[in-house]
Amino acid sequence: MKRRVFTLVLWVAGLGVAHADTVAPGDVVWQDGTIPQSLTGVAGDPAEGAKVLSSKSIGNCIACHEVTALADVPFHGEVGPLLDGAGDRWTEAELRAILVNSKEVFPDSVMPSFYRVDGFIRPGKAYTGKAADDTFGPLLTAQQIEDAVAFLMTLD
Amino acid sequence: AALAAAPALADENAELIINGEIEIVTRTAAPAHLDGAFDEILSGWRFRSDETQSMEMDDFDNPGMIWVDAAREVWATPDGSEGKACADCHGAPEDMAGVRPVYPKWNETAGEVFTLQMMMNDCRVNRMGAEPWGTDKGQSIPMEALLASVSRGMPMDVAIDGPAAETWEMGRELYYTRFGQLELSCASCHEDNYGNMIRADHLSQGQTNGFPTYRLKNTKLNGVHSRFKGCVRDTRAETFNPGSPEFVALELYVASRGNGLSVEGPSVRN
Ligand code: HEC
Ligand code: HEC
Ligand code: HEC
Repeated sequence: MKRRVFTLVLWVAGLGVAHADTVAPGDVVWQDGTIPQSLTGVAGDPAEGAKVLSSKSIGNCIACHEVTALADVPFHGEVGPLLDGAGDRWTEAELRAILVNSKEVFPDSVMPSFYRVDGFIRPGKAYTGKAADDTFGPLLTAQQIEDAVAFLMTLD
Repeated sequence: AALAAAPALADENAELIINGEIEIVTRTAAPAHLDGAFDEILSGWRFRSDETQSMEMDDFDNPGMIWVDAAREVWATPDGSEGKACADCHGAPEDMAGVRPVYPKWNETAGEVFTLQMMMNDCRVNRMGAEPWGTDKGQSIPMEALLASVSRGMPMDVAIDGPAAETWEMGRELYYTRFGQLELSCASCHEDNYGNMIRADHLSQGQTNGFPTYRLKNTKLNGVHSRFKGCVRDTRAETFNPGSPEFVALELYVASRGNGLSVEGPSVRN
């Protein structure tokens, strides 16, 4: 199964199609606490990744993290560590793992898992306060994860 | 430290004295049941900007006092089939000093923990023959603000033992449960991260001694359960409703974390 997704991704990417089949949250392949394989096969775009980190309606990572490279966006939080140098401290496979499921890397972390869909207590429908329904999905799309990872890799 | 453009933070050493006479304890030793989770407990007032802080120092500048004045009228106005007003049985609102600090409290007759709002409704329904007020709705909040205002300066002192213990335990359990898609508990923000910025918000210990609170954000008085609801919603969770057994238990538990802080309601927050 793992191999098949991978080959399919390569094949589609080879044809120059922008949206290859993505790995679903339940099918993400872990290797020693990391995720070496791209979730989409499409290279992450650091500029889009910067938006994922800073936008309140996307990743809102700077709610908790300060990032010097995003200093033009107001209000960076102090709940998590400064992300400057993250691309030096971590490999791409490690960063992907931190974003997909922070708890696999930092047990009990307050950092949310951005590409996981199960195991929650009273999951809601976004920020409505109502129960989750069939529109429930991961906090970020597979490509947004790739974009954020690509941006983090530029932080050296 | 956060990057530039962070909101103005308060002077760490400011002290709260209301109307030049009511001394408010906004920092004191943590109650024993917190078992070292905090060295000291701090009112949410200490986490607000100088400007917001000063609005609470004088009743003329505190917008919450408008509702307190309105509630004085309700206090004296008969309602319900018995034709009685709160004042007929309880005298002046000032005679209720000391009530707010001990709520939520076990009610022997009902056999459950009562919030102040539930107690008020008990009087309305069973002693006045009047309609109950909704939780955090209608006259509940102004009346709660009136009862808080006459207890300002008195230390929060809710009982957590005896028949209230079971409810308190339930509240404690809820406090440490990581709800929602963001998997955050009350403790994630208000115990592990108080004093830190979360985006533009300066996290406090999430104490309830200041309720009801006038919030600059929605320009009205807010109840404790409504605040809980907002905080749970912000974890991308299905919330509990104001008045639910879960929020009653949580109110008791969170109030007990603030035992020793002065009643400040109606307080001013952002
Ligand atoms: C609610 C707070 C919160 C949010 C939101 C959050 N993080 Fe984190 N993050 C943390 C904390 C706390 C840690 C430290 C790990 C731990 O818990 O021990 C962390 C750790 C990290 C690390 C490793 C830190 C290092 O050594 O450089 C990276 C990378 C990271 N986060 C990226 C992100 C990205 C990207 C997002 C958004 C898509 C994000 N975080 C959202 C709280 C958060
Ligand atoms: C007919 C008499 C009567 C009226 C009218 C009445 N109450 Fe009461 N109230 C009582 C009695 C008796 C108690 C004590 C009940 C108990 O302890 O179980 C009480 C208790 C209370 C308490 C708790 C006091 C404590 O020390 O724990 C509050 C708060 C309260 N009333 C508020 C109100 C409000 C607000 C109104 C009007 C909306 C009101 N009451 C109207 C008779 C009345
Ligand atoms: C994602 C972070 C977060 C979580 C989780 C959270 N809160 Fe809050 N809470 C806030 C923020 C931000 C504020 C406004 C600033 C402040 O006073 O901390 C706030 C304010 C409050 C206040 C008002 C404090 C005052 O002085 O007026 C109370 C009470 C409170 N929270 C209780 C809770 C409880 C109980 C829970 C769990 C059910 C909870 N919070 C979960 C972020 C959070």
